[in-house]
Amino acid sequence: MHSSLNRHINILDFALSSLLRRKTKNSSLLVLYMLIVFIIASLIFFVHALKREAALILKNAPDMVVQRMIAGRHDLIPVSYGEKIGAIRGVSAVVPRLWGYYYDPVFGANYTLMVPDNRTISPENVIIGSGVARNQRIKTGDLLTFRTYDKGSLLLQVEQILPYESELVAADLVLMSASDFQAMFRMPRGVATDLALTVANPLELITVANKIVEQFPDTRPILKSEILRTYNSVFDWRGGMMVVMLGVAVLSFVIFAWDKATGLSAEERKEIGILKSIGWETSDVLLLKFWEGAVISLSAFLAGVVLAYGHVFFFSAALFEHPLKGWSILYPQFRLVPAVDAYQLSILFFLSVIPYTAATIIPAWLAATVDPDAAMRS
Amino acid sequence: MMQHPAIMALLITSLIICAMMLYASWYGRQILGKWDLSSGSELQLTLERRTYLISTILSYALLFQILSLFLYIFTADDLHILFTGAMCAAGTLNVNSYGYPTLILKLVNCILAGVWLIINYADTRGYDYPLIKAKYVLLGILALLVLLETLLMFKYFSLLKGDVITSCCGSLFSSDKPSIAGDIAGLSHSIMQPVFFAAMVATLVCGLVFLWNGRGGYLFPLVSSLTFVIAAASLISFIALYYYELPTHHCPFCILQKEYGYAGYALYAALLGGAVTGIGAGVLMPFRRCASLAQVVPSLQRKLVMVTVLLYLLFALLVSYRMLSTDFRLG
Amino acid sequence: MIQLSQVTKSFNSGKPNQFTAVDDVSLTIEQGQLTVLKGPSGSGKTTLLSLIGCMARPSSGRITLHGVRTAFFPDDTAASGLNISSLPERFLTEIRRTTFGFIFQQFSLVKGITALENIMLPAYPTGESQAAVRKRALDLLDLFAISRHASAPVDWLSGGELQRVAIARAMINNPAAIIADEPTAHLDSRLSVEFMETIGSLKSTGKTVLIASHDPIVYDSPLADTVVEMRDGRITGIKKLP
Repeated sequence: MHSSLNRHINILDFALSSLLRRKTKNSSLLVLYMLIVFIIASLIFFVHALKREAALILKNAPDMVVQRMIAGRHDLIPVSYGEKIGAIRGVSAVVPRLWGYYYDPVFGANYTLMVPDNRTISPENVIIGSGVARNQRIKTGDLLTFRTYDKGSLLLQVEQILPYESELVAADLVLMSASDFQAMFRMPRGVATDLALTVANPLELITVANKIVEQFPDTRPILKSEILRTYNSVFDWRGGMMVVMLGVAVLSFVIFAWDKATGLSAEERKEIGILKSIGWETSDVLLLKFWEGAVISLSAFLAGVVLAYGHVFFFSAALFEHPLKGWSILYPQFRLVPAVDAYQLSILFFLSVIPYTAATIIPAWLAATVDPDAAMRS
Repeated sequence: MMQHPAIMALLITSLIICAMMLYASWYGRQILGKWDLSSGSELQLTLERRTYLISTILSYALLFQILSLFLYIFTADDLHILFTGAMCAAGTLNVNSYGYPTLILKLVNCILAGVWLIINYADTRGYDYPLIKAKYVLLGILALLVLLETLLMFKYFSLLKGDVITSCCGSLFSSDKPSIAGDIAGLSHSIMQPVFFAAMVATLVCGLVFLWNGRGGYLFPLVSSLTFVIAAASLISFIALYYYELPTHHCPFCILQKEYGYAGYALYAALLGGAVTGIGAGVLMPFRRCASLAQVVPSLQRKLVMVTVLLYLLFALLVSYRMLSTDFRLG
Repeated sequence: MIQLSQVTKSFNSGKPNQFTAVDDVSLTIEQGQLTVLKGPSGSGKTTLLSLIGCMARPSSGRITLHGVRTAFFPDDTAASGLNISSLPERFLTEIRRTTFGFIFQQFSLVKGITALENIMLPAYPTGESQAAVRKRALDLLDLFAISRHASAPVDWLSGGELQRVAIARAMINNPAAIIADEPTAHLDSRLSVEFMETIGSLKSTGKTVLIASHDPIVYDSPLADTVVEMRDGRITGIKKLP
């Protein structure tokens, strides 16, 4: 039974035996290939997982945030604005938020101070994020010192430390009561840092935003979708930058692969000559080379992906953390949720397997066009 | 916008394919000039060896091209978050005027590359390479088209900047917008549905006639190409609606997503495959009488026509099954 | 039957180191007979063998094959002869694979794989199922009494055993003709005589045999129907046995 499938199977069989016969040459290629796939895959998985985390967390963010501007800079917004905005059709809730930044010179860290709207904290108590706890090496029950804007100090007791799961956004968070916050920054009553809006119908967001700006020309509404977009952009951009830097590595690998493929040893050349002289046609030898390349690519790809998966999701991408997570002193420590999809894998495929394959087309053809009667003469 | 891993992957691949095609067509020109099968000279042997390289390059180019077509659509889909108003790939592609032309050119290049491979296959079966000139002329054209496509893609991505308001597919494919896509969706389903099924039946009939007595060798490719266009328009006009079960969601790209069971792949594979084989069968028509191909071409054409008929039938069956099995009904 | 008409093969033509290996050779190889090409090294025997065996194309002249059935030509050419001088590689290879079996001077077996695999190799691209080919290969190993070496890497085999593996490999696709280039060059007298006996039995099954050799055991053998003498690429004499 002659069939095209049999031809492929037979030649694949020989390709495998051929690869195994030249272990040293092929294993160095395989290891390098796997390394390249590993690095790019780690990068892609990491960026993708970060984007996903950010999106998940932002799900609970307010649909719209309204800030007041003065001379192009962020100013405090009167709570009275909020009452009028609440009357706009489509707005289901308006919550004034109090939050800000505090720089601690002793530990050299920036904290985000916030008055939470989903719980009340009794005065002189704080709830802190795990990053803060780590940084100051304090635990529940300890006292935290803050310097206030009127040269005094505020002593607050740690009531609770936020759980590990919230690391990505809450690492540097310090939650306190409204009275402590206002005392801290000498903030007058009746103003807030910004207003958090809930808009029931997402299609109306832009309409509502336009109405707010019409009524209060000194405000700036920020949509949740815009925040998400910005996060995505930043992660993409950073990821892209790293890919460009890795481009050098990929290029070197491609040149290496080309070199390996063109450098046929006398033994290999003789073998192909024998094949051609016993009845293998050029296209049969090309198929052989194709299968050899496919087996190497597949093995390197799988191994690289599996290792990258482990690296990113079990070792938290130890190699990439710093350029990708942020610039603050308080690096959040967290375990990323494994999230790999076909799209990521195909990007990886395009950045690794395709350049390799393209580089080996001409060497494979050069090998396949060895003259059959060269075998007769050797 | 260029510094996004997927975009870089697409651009690099496009450059690779472009380089491969230009290299192949450069040598193709040489072959066109100096080919002489009857001479046993070394130049001729070198040229013959080179034809293997060119067909290998083209096979890989087609593979990369098809993969990159899908990656392009998926990247457009992934990027939709960055553009206000874009709900899926359809919106992203509409951000500037280069998005859709790039897509269409990609599609055309895929089809042309497939047809080239069919011609190449027929050519190698003839003992005197009868199709060699036609082949390399087509290669030259294809190389230029690929170059054009690469340039368009570069332009598209370089002009892409987040936060640009675009029309999302809801308004893009709705009837009140005067754009081309709007017109397609505007084609009432009560017209498109019978036209679609009529076109499918016509293709089937023409195909069976050809398989039976070899007549209609030029008619069949015409009919099958027309059916391809009608089927593509039908996808937007009413077929997609049955998959989304929404009378307003006309986007042809969302059926490639997980939510719809990746149904889009089967549909597009069947349609594209059928288009390529149909055109391929037609392209071989002038060469039926060639001495060296007299035994090869007729049977090859029959196989191609049979494949076209089967693939279009598969498409029609998938669509009909979907239309019958869901509770959603159009007007 | 194979007809050669004014066949010439030159290398590096147009360059200062142009070299003509076969010069204006006209010859007929009869079906079912043993033809021996006799001559010193450099006389063009090997090149002529590769031209006849569809391994290379002549620079000029015609080579016609009679009695060969191919898939791509209508049947009536089988009688009038198939001109292989300007066939593209694909077609030459297909003819070669099904019509000719080659035995090379250095055996040219692939090192590192078993004898069985070596014998099966020529059949891999034909698309035949591995099981069918394997069975034929095992039968051939049996025929040449080397079955016990089936799974041995060829690197371990002796000269005589390698010879038999090479012959078995040449037979795997049931060719109509066997071509051998200096087959006894690396064999002692006993093995050379054994080789000629094997050739005799192949000839008796109707196969055409063509051997190039400067070994008297070969060209003086009573089995040789025609002996063609060559020197510097030209034929200097043809001796036919009555």
